[in-house]
Amino acid sequence: MSPMARTAPVPAATDPAIIRNFCIIAHIDHGKSTLADRMLQYTGVVKSRDMKAQYLDRMDIERERGITIKSQAVRMPWELDGTSYALNMIDTPGHVDFTYEVSRSLAACEGAVLLVDAAQGIEAQTLANLYLAMENNLTIIPVLNKIDLPAAQPEKYAAELASLIGGDPDDVLRVSGKTGMGVEVLLDKIVRDLPAPVGDPNAPARAMIFDSVYDTYRGVVTYVRVVDGMLHPRERIQMMSTRATHELLEIGVSSPEPTPSKGLGVGEVGYLITGVKDVRLSKVGDTVTNLAKPATQSLPGYADAKPMVFSGLYPLDGTDYPVLRDALEKLMLNDAALVYEPETSAALGFGFRVGFLGLLHLEITRERLEREYNLDLISTAPNVEYEVTLEDKKVVHVTNPSEYPSGKIAEVREPMVAATILAPNEFVGAIMELCQSRRGVIGGMDYLSEDRVEIRYRLPLAEIVFDFFDILKSKTRGYGSLDWKADGEQVADLVKVDIMLQGEQVDAFSAITHREKAYAYGVMMTGKLRELIPRQQFEVPIQAAIGSRIIARESIRAIRKDVLAKCYGGDISRKRKLLEKQKEGKKRMKMVGRVEVPQEAFIAALTTDESKDKAKK
Amino acid sequence: MPSILPLGDPAPSDGLLPAQALDRAADRAFGLYVHIPFCAVRCGYCDFNTYTATELGGGASQDAYATTAVSEVDFAAIVLRNSGLPDRPLSTVFFGGGTPTLLPAEDLARILTAAVGHWGLEPGAEVTTEANPDSVTPASLQVLADAGFTRVSFGMQSAVPHVLKVLDRTHTPSRVPQVVQWARDAGLAVSLDLIYGTPGESLEDWRFSLETALSYQPDHISAYALIVEDGTKLAAQIRRGEVPGIDDDDHADKYELADQLIGAAGLSWYEVSNWSRTPEQACRHNLAYWRGDDWWGIGPGAHSHVGGVRWWNVKHPTAYAGRLAQGLSPAAGRETLDAETRDVERVMLEARLVSGLATSTLGDHGRHAVAGLIADGLVEPPAAFHGKLVLTLKGRLLADAVVRRILPD
Repeated sequence: MSPMARTAPVPAATDPAIIRNFCIIAHIDHGKSTLADRMLQYTGVVKSRDMKAQYLDRMDIERERGITIKSQAVRMPWELDGTSYALNMIDTPGHVDFTYEVSRSLAACEGAVLLVDAAQGIEAQTLANLYLAMENNLTIIPVLNKIDLPAAQPEKYAAELASLIGGDPDDVLRVSGKTGMGVEVLLDKIVRDLPAPVGDPNAPARAMIFDSVYDTYRGVVTYVRVVDGMLHPRERIQMMSTRATHELLEIGVSSPEPTPSKGLGVGEVGYLITGVKDVRLSKVGDTVTNLAKPATQSLPGYADAKPMVFSGLYPLDGTDYPVLRDALEKLMLNDAALVYEPETSAALGFGFRVGFLGLLHLEITRERLEREYNLDLISTAPNVEYEVTLEDKKVVHVTNPSEYPSGKIAEVREPMVAATILAPNEFVGAIMELCQSRRGVIGGMDYLSEDRVEIRYRLPLAEIVFDFFDILKSKTRGYGSLDWKADGEQVADLVKVDIMLQGEQVDAFSAITHREKAYAYGVMMTGKLRELIPRQQFEVPIQAAIGSRIIARESIRAIRKDVLAKCYGGDISRKRKLLEKQKEGKKRMKMVGRVEVPQEAFIAALTTDESKDKAKK
Repeated sequence: MPSILPLGDPAPSDGLLPAQALDRAADRAFGLYVHIPFCAVRCGYCDFNTYTATELGGGASQDAYATTAVSEVDFAAIVLRNSGLPDRPLSTVFFGGGTPTLLPAEDLARILTAAVGHWGLEPGAEVTTEANPDSVTPASLQVLADAGFTRVSFGMQSAVPHVLKVLDRTHTPSRVPQVVQWARDAGLAVSLDLIYGTPGESLEDWRFSLETALSYQPDHISAYALIVEDGTKLAAQIRRGEVPGIDDDDHADKYELADQLIGAAGLSWYEVSNWSRTPEQACRHNLAYWRGDDWWGIGPGAHSHVGGVRWWNVKHPTAYAGRLAQGLSPAAGRETLDAETRDVERVMLEARLVSGLATSTLGDHGRHAVAGLIADGLVEPPAAFHGKLVLTLKGRLLADAVVRRILPD
């Protein structure tokens, strides 16, 4: 076992041979952050007394949800057999929506610690990230975490990991991030097993951006891995995709607080500060080079972040619209994947159509807006982007049902995903049933171990953005896990279903669905609204329609009694206050034609049943 | 009287009224409400300010209550005079509760006599007491009539035993015709109070109650929908699922039946929940509330109104008696209404009356609402064309919604 390093290798003057770059691939809750914390402590970069739980997850939401949204990199010294090494731990985002960012983090490493909960086994997203790591030719160190738990089954899951990556179950390390057991052995193994980075120190500088974070005080902080050459402070650098140039105001490493250095050389991982204020000017995956001596070839793998899921965000209180606008502007500085444009809804007023990488990205963004900017928001049902070709060959991209063209449509194409689901084999039937009901086509099935199965489906993205994951979880008693990635598009028989209250179309409730599901949507939404909208002084018909054809109808009976019978022995004040309260309530209603619809009805109608059940618990 | 007092401004301990209260006071009728805060049994639905204990201390006992009430009558006379209000004879007096007739008739007579001593009675003044069918005798009714009472309102509530049981009413239905006859013999006009929509009451039960009440040929009927107030025993029973809850459609059906049967028996509505055989037999004290007249409320928790100033007394009989014993106003709080609020109240109250709400008194918003109210069948078209908003049967059931449509947002 190694002692804490007595001297740490100096940045900008470190031989690539003593550098080890690695990341930790793990599922939410499998203890990645706790293990990372323990490494920071054992390598001495964070003193035990300064230790905050999960040091690397800085955002409150990250800490509360136990997930890492934004990755960072930490440089840690570690001594083995008398040599001090520099270990760069790159903390990857842990969720399905951020696959691209994960792939860039992986591309910055030579090895990965595959961390799996010894009581739960590998999950679909971890498996997906493991595939990504293997595609990037990373050396994998399999590790079972939480072996101190009574429910741990290390033999079973060691065998599972060994069968996945090849090798002997006995080579699977067993650690406990919580107690620190096995962590030093793991650090030694990282040094021994992972290859050192290789690059040409004399070539023009090339560094890959794997993360880009906006900091209120310092502007954009860009995290890079140097592949060739060297970057120095005060140089002019160039972003190879955009040709934008910046002055390198500061360069350094995190250990874990930012520490300026004289530069970064081959194989090193660190941060750059150029004074830019928008993360879009420093895109993940892009290559940084030296303007004076530029590289000719950028590093492979760069792609623009592409929003997959769209939702309308509206302030509950219309006067909050400017607050929402400013908040989105600020969030955008730190989130290159976020796109938005203003949108107006007859029912909901002024808001924004916002594009997200996926549903979690949507949820996190919404939560941050509500929490950090004190906003109450309504988000409309998430939509994917459809490509509608009209008979006159005109092509329209639709991210909002209310923009669905009313003219003659030749063809509609919808985005598809390749989904991987892992679950105990007893749930295979239930999962297949679910996927088939969502228009899925099976791609294959493999046993990971005796009782755990990997099932692959090609599904329309639209079918998984709303409630698919919640239902999968409930059908597999929480054991099922899901990963997906974009997989082209397909022509589909899609229609727009409109919902009308007293003949007035309510844009917020319109949906684009497969023709076979239009009826079910119509029945569900009209039924929901009948329950949610209070009775009015007149009967209110609720209809669902495709074009002019009514496919479902309900009606809200007129209210017959709205009068307080007595005057309470002359207590007129009480009666007046009741009236004032009723009038206040009326102000919170949205008018749809003559129908008063409470805000709560919009929120509840746009919420899935599953998430409602969750709220109840 | 409700168990919750409204929040207002602190009331001055001398009870003196601001100058606003004097404005055009001579044009307004003046009445007296006397609250008797005692009941033999507390009914499950009741959240009024009433007590079953026979011995509350500190001048609040049933025995001492008349004396305490008379001391507030005396206090009222001084305050009104010192505030500069003109002397006005009493136009109406109403004893409510609680169960006023739980006190000896002589006590009620003594309170009335004290009030008449200060203010006098207008010719033809209306003097009513509420009464429980259990707690009157021919002799006690005669004492009341002799003291100047003109009218008695019996809390009949229902003619159906299982309904009375849910309401915790202790009288037997057969006693009602007897007490009605005794009241008539004493020369008193008779009103019957009914409650509809009690959990477990069928439409047929209600029809039976109405027909039974009408067979006694009362001069006046009040029919109130049961309101389940928070904190009552009935609310708890409904919450626990021991009795069914309240259904507004059931209430609407029963109100429509009441209007039909009471109308067929020759009585007409004059206020949403009240019907009388002739316009003269309408309860004038009740109308005074809806018309914004002046009245002083005697007793713990009682509400008063004089010229746009509303106040309410402390609720507990012991605290109430204690204040008066010290020569202090028993008011717990009061509010002085500005012109806009008085106008809101006027619309809210007058809209409930058959005499209607004059469209000429409405602002632009209210006048623009009229056409829609006619179109929706909520107000009578001929009256509206003559400048009065008078509710239709449908409109009476939706009176609060009509008021909200008339008032500006």
